[in-house]
Amino acid sequence: MTETQEKVAAVIKAEEMNPKFKYEMSKLHGAEKLMMCFQCGTCTADCPISKFSDFYRPRRIARMVQLGLKDRLLSDEALWLCTSCFTCVDHCPQGVEIAGIVRVLRNLTIKEKGVIPLVHKELASNILKGGFVYEFPESRHKKRAEQGLPPLPKANLQDIAKIFEVTGSAKLLENVKAIEKVKS
Amino acid sequence: MPEPKYLLFLGCVIPYRLSNYEISARKVLGKLGVELVEMPEYNCCGYPMDAVNHDLMLSLAARNLCFAEKQNLSILALCNGCFCSLNETNKMLKEDKKLREEVNTHLKEVGLEFKGTVEVKHLVHVLAEDVGFEKIKNAVTNPLINLSVAQHSGCHIARPVKYVGHGEDPENPTLLKNLIRLTGAECLDYMDEVQCCGNPIIGLNEEVPFQMAKEKLEHIRNVKAQALITVCPFCHMMFDMNQPRIERAFNEKFGLPVLHYPQLLGLAMGFSPQELGLDELRVKPQQLLTQT
Repeated sequence: MTETQEKVAAVIKAEEMNPKFKYEMSKLHGAEKLMMCFQCGTCTADCPISKFSDFYRPRRIARMVQLGLKDRLLSDEALWLCTSCFTCVDHCPQGVEIAGIVRVLRNLTIKEKGVIPLVHKELASNILKGGFVYEFPESRHKKRAEQGLPPLPKANLQDIAKIFEVTGSAKLLENVKAIEKVKS
Repeated sequence: MPEPKYLLFLGCVIPYRLSNYEISARKVLGKLGVELVEMPEYNCCGYPMDAVNHDLMLSLAARNLCFAEKQNLSILALCNGCFCSLNETNKMLKEDKKLREEVNTHLKEVGLEFKGTVEVKHLVHVLAEDVGFEKIKNAVTNPLINLSVAQHSGCHIARPVKYVGHGEDPENPTLLKNLIRLTGAECLDYMDEVQCCGNPIIGLNEEVPFQMAKEKLEHIRNVKAQALITVCPFCHMMFDMNQPRIERAFNEKFGLPVLHYPQLLGLAMGFSPQELGLDELRVKPQQLLTQT
């Protein structure tokens, strides 16, 4: 793609904007105050990720949500660069929980686009297998005993599977496309 | 006042990779009269699943809280991530009736109900508030007066401020600093002390976390700290386990030992480096130990 073509691709077309998106989003836990954002840019200025990444800009994300650019947002891999440090949440003069908005967008990306980071998929699968995000090999249990540490309790896997099922998480993890790395 | 008693929530990463944090915390808390009860059962705190499905995070966290409620004991977490998800979920469900009803619908399927009868604290809160500075000071038999260290307390024991509380100012956190000073060591200020370690995204992108950690290591080196003190396993892994890789990536040499706070306090309380698992650290603290 030439430089000119790239610029053309970045232009927002009216038909891309979904005016209902901001209302749908603001019903979701964590994103309620998105309409309060007046684009001051404090979040991006204070974001430790924006300091080192060319792509992750929380202010832009908030504006894109307000404009209803749903498809662009849900295909933007930079969403996965937020570390959830909550600096943006504490610094926002309007009380917008930007990190909450990013989390809602991540949840929607998995639910509606079927795309998930490989690491999250593996962690979820480990929880289903043993209750924890890591699978503990027998050697680890043995070492605990040698170190005089009490044994780790066994998690009730049936109940954990049930929780995945009733929260709709089991279904979410079927047939998803995993992304391995995200460009910064 | 009765002796403090807590359910110890270990989470996943501490028993998997950093048992020296657990070992030193148990030693120090035991000597300070904090009774630790093992969780009868638990699962992942939920934190890593928030990005996947918020409802799943809430339900996994609330399931752990229900076990604590059954024991009628509050939770002591050693990990900032566990503290974050358990404390936030606990407070959100206590305050938001609608959310509590939603989560309880899920929990009902596994025979549990969130009632909101316990609290969640991090190690630093138990030390500062339940044990108290006076008692810790009196337990220090080997003050570390020759040591100058820096601290990185991590994001989630200070942010988001509306859920964390405990009087901590996230722009100028003092809890861990004051706890460090009780050991006799000097705690140095450095630039951008409150900046995140970067670890949560390392599974997807190494460049950004490595640059963040390298910058922090440089700022710590600039003030000539002899060690970095942490209270979160993820921050610890970023600065200790990954330090040799960061050094290679940027052709730098830091050689900065990174201790879990109970290891530092343990040394001041007269425990041996072996008892506190200091030999398990990636960056070896030999030189530091000659100063204690």
